[in-house]
Amino acid sequence: MTIEAPDAFSGGKTPNFEETARESLADSQLRRNLGKATQTIRRKRAVAVEEMPDWEQLREAGRALKSRTLRHLDEYLLRLEESVTRAGGQVHWARDGEEANRIIAGIAKSHDAGEVVKVKSIATDETKLNEHLEREGIEAVETDLAELIIQLAGETSSHILVPAIHKNRSEIRELFMRKLGVEDLSDDPPDLANAARLYLREKFLKAKVGISGANFAVADTGTVCVVESEGNGRMCTTLPPVLVTLMGIEKIIPTWRDYEVFMQLLPRSSTAERMNPYTTFWTGVSEGDGPQEFHLVLLDNGRTEVLADEIGRQTLNCIRCSACLNVCPVYERTGGHAYNSVYPGPIGAILTPQLVGIGKPGSDSLPYASSLCGACYEVCPVKINIPEVLIHLRGKVVRHKQDEGGLKGRLDPENVAMQAMAKTFSNPRLYEGAQRAARIGQWPLARSGAIHRLPGRLAGWTDARDLKPIPEQTFREWWRSRNGSGEDT
Amino acid sequence: MTSAREEILRRVRRATHDVPKDEHPEDVPVERGYRNEDDAPREEIVERFAERVAEYEATVHRVNESDLPREVAEALERRGIRQLVVPADLPEGWTPEGLETLRDAAQSPLSNEELDRSDGVLTGCSLGIAQTGTIVLDAGEGQGRRALTLLPDYHLCVVREDQVVGLVPEAFAKLEETVKGEGRAITFISGPSATSDIELNRVEGVHGPRTLEVLIAGQPGDE
Repeated sequence: MTIEAPDAFSGGKTPNFEETARESLADSQLRRNLGKATQTIRRKRAVAVEEMPDWEQLREAGRALKSRTLRHLDEYLLRLEESVTRAGGQVHWARDGEEANRIIAGIAKSHDAGEVVKVKSIATDETKLNEHLEREGIEAVETDLAELIIQLAGETSSHILVPAIHKNRSEIRELFMRKLGVEDLSDDPPDLANAARLYLREKFLKAKVGISGANFAVADTGTVCVVESEGNGRMCTTLPPVLVTLMGIEKIIPTWRDYEVFMQLLPRSSTAERMNPYTTFWTGVSEGDGPQEFHLVLLDNGRTEVLADEIGRQTLNCIRCSACLNVCPVYERTGGHAYNSVYPGPIGAILTPQLVGIGKPGSDSLPYASSLCGACYEVCPVKINIPEVLIHLRGKVVRHKQDEGGLKGRLDPENVAMQAMAKTFSNPRLYEGAQRAARIGQWPLARSGAIHRLPGRLAGWTDARDLKPIPEQTFREWWRSRNGSGEDT
Repeated sequence: MTSAREEILRRVRRATHDVPKDEHPEDVPVERGYRNEDDAPREEIVERFAERVAEYEATVHRVNESDLPREVAEALERRGIRQLVVPADLPEGWTPEGLETLRDAAQSPLSNEELDRSDGVLTGCSLGIAQTGTIVLDAGEGQGRRALTLLPDYHLCVVREDQVVGLVPEAFAKLEETVKGEGRAITFISGPSATSDIELNRVEGVHGPRTLEVLIAGQPGDE
């Protein structure tokens, strides 16, 4: 039932961004759905943030708290382990996704659970938990409406927050009628939501094991939280007798009071609400209330590699709000699938290549999936300087190619061109000579003020962008004629 | 063979070797320049709470505390409730006469199926947050365990005016004791459940109670 789409985390080779983006760009229905969705969220978010006179102070506090946590992550991990254990929970450590999956499947099996209910968790998408459970004979039921939609369709998520953003109501109606065996269903969103409510209620009531991710976990008290809208998170973390939570090691915050910062930043950045409908905070197990067995699985899976990079480290500040996706001009046009990763958009473009490691052709293309306009940095509630990390990673990708390729790497056309350009740009005489040569050489290429296609090896540059032709008169020539002298000043 | 725990801790320490050995977590400065307390008059704060809860498509009534039994009875009647779930320690006198109440008790908890079949649930709360229109349940007095307010399709919640705080940080400060003490679970409720997963159209009520009704109880002339 589950389809394994090529993804940066599934091992093997993934296509690069440009290749997949071209397919997405050709899908006009997708572009309409995306355009409408991102514009709506963008507008609403701006209103929700404008209402807060202390937004900048909150952002700064959020950034600083994350920085404090990451710089002392070993200490906070130990504190969390101690506090969760004290509160009656069990803590597991997983070096990679495979290890996390084995731990979770083991827990489910020890309770003879043939089916588990899940609340949307990108960490479990990253580890490919559902596929692993399926191989072990356990069915994982996604209970978030959008996750259910894409699970039934056998697709993958295209947006962190609204995974089925690429599907419209009539597509969903058709899917539910076919897969849930519902007859007589309209394409009215309340009707569609009710069909999911009825189908899932039964699953919640009989589930032995619930699986969740975590938005935050407090080192001091061991309090974990799930922030959500639909109530499926409350169901999964309350009804099954056993709860397993998978969280990346970077999701820790130091103290209970620090929630006052993040629970203001996250809802407004994410769904543009003052507060999301439901948030559940639990501290280990509570007698007579909710699951009586709680497992917390701490996942590394490349996070310590991100942590080791002093510029890349800030990527781990991310609280998965998806505000950067909604403001990104590239994401708005290509959608999430073009990134070939469970983490799409600007944050995905810096997180994915760092998590899987530089040197993989597919994810190496991601730092280039940006116009560096900086809108993502501006909206980021924890002030991740995404453009800075993008440029840093581009450098790492190029250096990796040079190191890896030896002579071949040094003779790589991009590398040779960049070397030549560096020489030309640093010498005025060479620079002007190149401009004159280009002005003469470009006449067969320039059409109505733009160059749409460069010849030969240079074609790569114009595949995804137009080029301004060299003007009749360059600035330097104009400056000289204005001063009436041939001297540079 | 090293355990996963040792391995991850070793990786973390290697990754943060740039951090000076003598730096403590508290040495990393955190400027908390944001607002901590709403200094608006009480009545304004309570009114803001009422408005913002209502903006989430919840039904809100401001009532006199002394009229509470009658107001509860009327709300349940409007909704046509026959079987009402209540926590064991719901204040005396809140539930009207002549109504079938399913009282949850530690010794004989209601089953999930009983909760699912009921018509609704009546509880108090721990706090209200005016800034965000949020109701906070912490399994304390008059609230019961989490499943009670999750499975029934209708939730009637009583919030006393003196339980309403202005800003989000005030709420977390007040809840600190609950978390550090018994470690009871806490639920933030801001309107009925909702989804925007289908073409970003907001649909009220997916899982959990699809209807939330709130009675804000105050003393007359109590400003």
